[in-house]
Amino acid sequence: MSASLEKGIRVLKEVIDAPIASYFNSCVHCGLCAEACLFYTETGDPKYTPIHKLEPLRRVYEQEYTLLGRLKKLVGLSKPVTDGELDQWQELVYNSCTLCGRCSAVCPVGNDIVYMVRKFREGMSVSGHAPEGIDEAVRRTVTLGSPMGIKLPAVQAQMKHAETNTGLAVPMDVEGAEYMVIMSSMEIINFPEYLESIAKIMHQAGKTWTLCSTGFEATNGGIQLGNSDLAAVIVSRIVEGAERLKVKTVISPECGHAYTALRWEGANLIGRPFTFKVQHIIEVLDEFRQQGLIKTEGFESDKLTFHDPCQLARRGGVIQQQRNLLNSVAKNFVEMPDAGFMNWCCGGGGGVTAIEEAEPLRLEAFKRKKSQLEAVKPDRLVTACAVCRSTLEEGLEHYSMDIPVVGLTELIADHLVETRPLPQKEPQA
Amino acid sequence: MQGPLIDSLVRQGVSRRTFLKYCATLASMMALPPVAGRAMAEAMAASRRPSVIWLPFQECTGCTESITRSHSPTIEGMIFDMISLDYQETLMAAAGFQAEEALHTAMKDNYGKYLLIVDGSIPLGVDGAYSCIGGQSNLEMLKEVGKGAAAIIAVGSCASFGGIPKANPNPTGAVSVSDIIKDKPIVNIPGCPPIPVVMTGVLAHYLTFGSLPELDDKGRPKAFFGETIHDRCYRRPFYDQGKFAKTFDDEGARNGWCLFELGCKGPVTHNACATTKWNGGTSWPVESGHGCLGCSEPDFWDAGSFYKPLSTPADPLKFIAAASVVGAVAGVAVSVANRAKKGAAKSAHETTTLADLEK
Amino acid sequence: MNELQFLTWVRGPGLNIAIAIFLLGVLWRLFEIYSLGRKKDLSAPRHTSGASGLHTVFRRSLPPPGMLKRSPVSYIGGYIFHVGLAIIVFLFAPHILLITNLTGLSWPGLPSQFVDMTAVVTMAAMVVVLVDRINKPVKRFLSTFEDWFAWAVTFLPVLTGWMAVKHLLLPYPTMLALHILAVELLLVVLPFTKLFHAFTLFGSRWYNGRVNAHKGVPV
Repeated sequence: MSASLEKGIRVLKEVIDAPIASYFNSCVHCGLCAEACLFYTETGDPKYTPIHKLEPLRRVYEQEYTLLGRLKKLVGLSKPVTDGELDQWQELVYNSCTLCGRCSAVCPVGNDIVYMVRKFREGMSVSGHAPEGIDEAVRRTVTLGSPMGIKLPAVQAQMKHAETNTGLAVPMDVEGAEYMVIMSSMEIINFPEYLESIAKIMHQAGKTWTLCSTGFEATNGGIQLGNSDLAAVIVSRIVEGAERLKVKTVISPECGHAYTALRWEGANLIGRPFTFKVQHIIEVLDEFRQQGLIKTEGFESDKLTFHDPCQLARRGGVIQQQRNLLNSVAKNFVEMPDAGFMNWCCGGGGGVTAIEEAEPLRLEAFKRKKSQLEAVKPDRLVTACAVCRSTLEEGLEHYSMDIPVVGLTELIADHLVETRPLPQKEPQA
Repeated sequence: MQGPLIDSLVRQGVSRRTFLKYCATLASMMALPPVAGRAMAEAMAASRRPSVIWLPFQECTGCTESITRSHSPTIEGMIFDMISLDYQETLMAAAGFQAEEALHTAMKDNYGKYLLIVDGSIPLGVDGAYSCIGGQSNLEMLKEVGKGAAAIIAVGSCASFGGIPKANPNPTGAVSVSDIIKDKPIVNIPGCPPIPVVMTGVLAHYLTFGSLPELDDKGRPKAFFGETIHDRCYRRPFYDQGKFAKTFDDEGARNGWCLFELGCKGPVTHNACATTKWNGGTSWPVESGHGCLGCSEPDFWDAGSFYKPLSTPADPLKFIAAASVVGAVAGVAVSVANRAKKGAAKSAHETTTLADLEK
Repeated sequence: MNELQFLTWVRGPGLNIAIAIFLLGVLWRLFEIYSLGRKKDLSAPRHTSGASGLHTVFRRSLPPPGMLKRSPVSYIGGYIFHVGLAIIVFLFAPHILLITNLTGLSWPGLPSQFVDMTAVVTMAAMVVVLVDRINKPVKRFLSTFEDWFAWAVTFLPVLTGWMAVKHLLLPYPTMLALHILAVELLLVVLPFTKLFHAFTLFGSRWYNGRVNAHKGVPV
């Protein structure tokens, strides 16, 4: 057990860069970041102010990288960062931050606070101050292959079910396939319809695709833990698989942080650009729809609204596609207030759902999503992230709101115009 | 030597007989007995004009020149009818030993009651040897003559504040009257020179009311020095509208626009030039197209360029280039140290293992 | 020291020292901050029109959707006093002359009565944001001595300048000298306090805009 404060401080010194220095020096204590953070707006507790979550990092920056800060340290006038302080800050850096990025979108001087929280977590993780729940999820991913402990046999079982239900083949390890599909544990366990939907859509679009036996897990707890080394270990499995199978594009599933981990952090974690493209399934679906590769028929008639997963919309740049798709299969799609890139977080991202002791806070923060829904009063809630889905379901249940939550890919697949014939069934061996 | 009041009355055409009749009438109007009328006549007839002694120290005689231009009251009117100017080197007829005697007689005869007017600064350097009259330094003379004065009027910026001789580097050690005399009422009438009627006006006030006019914190009469030039300037509307002459004789100058950009010190100068004007109300510097120099303020000569606007630095900025270089060097030095520290932290990076997550 | 000597000092040596420290400080701090550098982003960028670092430098001046009604005082009060300060500093004739003297650039100013009114509005807005900082729990929680000090050091030049023009409290030359001294104090502390955001906000907004533009999100 080798975590130490000294290691933590050293790592923080590594990650502090010009943007972070610029941000700390620009902050004017206006408090607008708090007004954008659901953990503050729903609790009224100023300690959840986003920039305050970074106070130890700010002091490390000042004491290590500014002349005046160093002089103050020399004459003993500065307050060092201690283990006890980092212990206190665990709640602020992890339990009350989903890395949703709303704070970064509103800061008037341009501070990218979520970027700083992500970097701060690097130091928190190696100094032993990350929450146990997240540590465990990462441990399981690194040692077993996925945060929920799912291994290849479980995946293969799901593949079989999907094949049975759809009559289509679910390929694995096919070299030269155009698309490689990865899945989050949540989907493998809770939402197996996803795999079936993929099979149907790919078949209809006439695209070759494959799963990868050594890189099937999309979830990257290393991002939520905030440790680039471990995140690199996890993402490398996907990269290695994609390069081995020589696929053109890897499709990230309906999972928020999986997309962030692969699409945006991935190349930087392994230190070189990818040789393949990365797309979110929603991007792929909208592309297929635009190119006429898939067509839908029929419309949902009940009132639907859409919850934008933070890592997909605000942090991922996929904002319009889900709306195009939903409009193609829904007659009564109504936007909730603040919909689009300023949508409010479900409260479960960033590893928060893995932290048992954070549950009461998460449910209190859910009041924000609750009020958005109360403004729309939808019959059903559509989203495109498995963790959002389960967080939403938990929250809705807690507040006794009867609004079923549906995945967008599944919804599209349900309306798919299936003109291609099913392949000839090969006798099962 | 001055004669009694009766002589000047006679000179002005009031006969002795008329004067006696006047006093009798005055007494009966005041319901006093005839003997009071006679007492009044005797007293008033014998009354003398107040004695005024004028000492010129380290000065240019500009103040004397200026006061002779006073138009109301005129200097002649002052000298002949209102005061007895017992000693004034420029104007008096006597010279040498007789002038000295006039001074000492006036001091003795009017001890404690004479008005002392001073112009010019008092040099302290070389024991006061820089300026002497008849072998006596100005410093000694001021102290000696000042002892018997009822009040001292320091005329001109030199006597009031030290003036031009005091300007950097002040080679003669020039100081003002109030730097030397601490135990007499002093009125400062600054200006380089002061406006003629301001000087005579203060004297007239003293003669009429027997007291000094209300003074500001610099000992200047508020009646003439209570407002700044800027606040009484007829070109003020142009200042407020932002219409400035940029050079002498440009279009703005010819249109009579504000001279702030050409260095006018009006905003920080207290004087009556904008209202009373000069040469019997003919004009004053701004009206003639030149900014106020601020000559009635202490240390006006050292206050920076006469031709640079008040809101700009008095002198060109120094060590700006040096400061920038020092800043850049400091910045680069810290940057180098920062990069080294970051690099060291990077080199010391130990790839995180799962064991590293727990203490 | 009499008032004219005080005025001469602040116009002379005082201004020299203040501008020297200001320039020194700004250069040092800019180097100190931005020399830390940043790693290149190796992920494939999206190419989005209307999104870039430069776009955000300007666009971030607008309140993002939904934020104005959450904190109207911060935005409205903040805008009024920032714009007010800009008007007073850059559109008042004596100030323009100072800038012309130091840099050679010049432009027309506004009538002084308009600047007078702007000064009053600016001071009122500054008092309002101060009261808000005291009243609002988040602002109060975040505020340190530096926040109150920065407010005072920004408020004093406006107050003393306005008082000088209005001939309030002290004689004009003294008030003018105090005003110049207050500005010198502001210059000296600016590079070393949160007031430095006047320079760094451009870099911060630019980095933020760039990162988000890379992902295809105009912020």
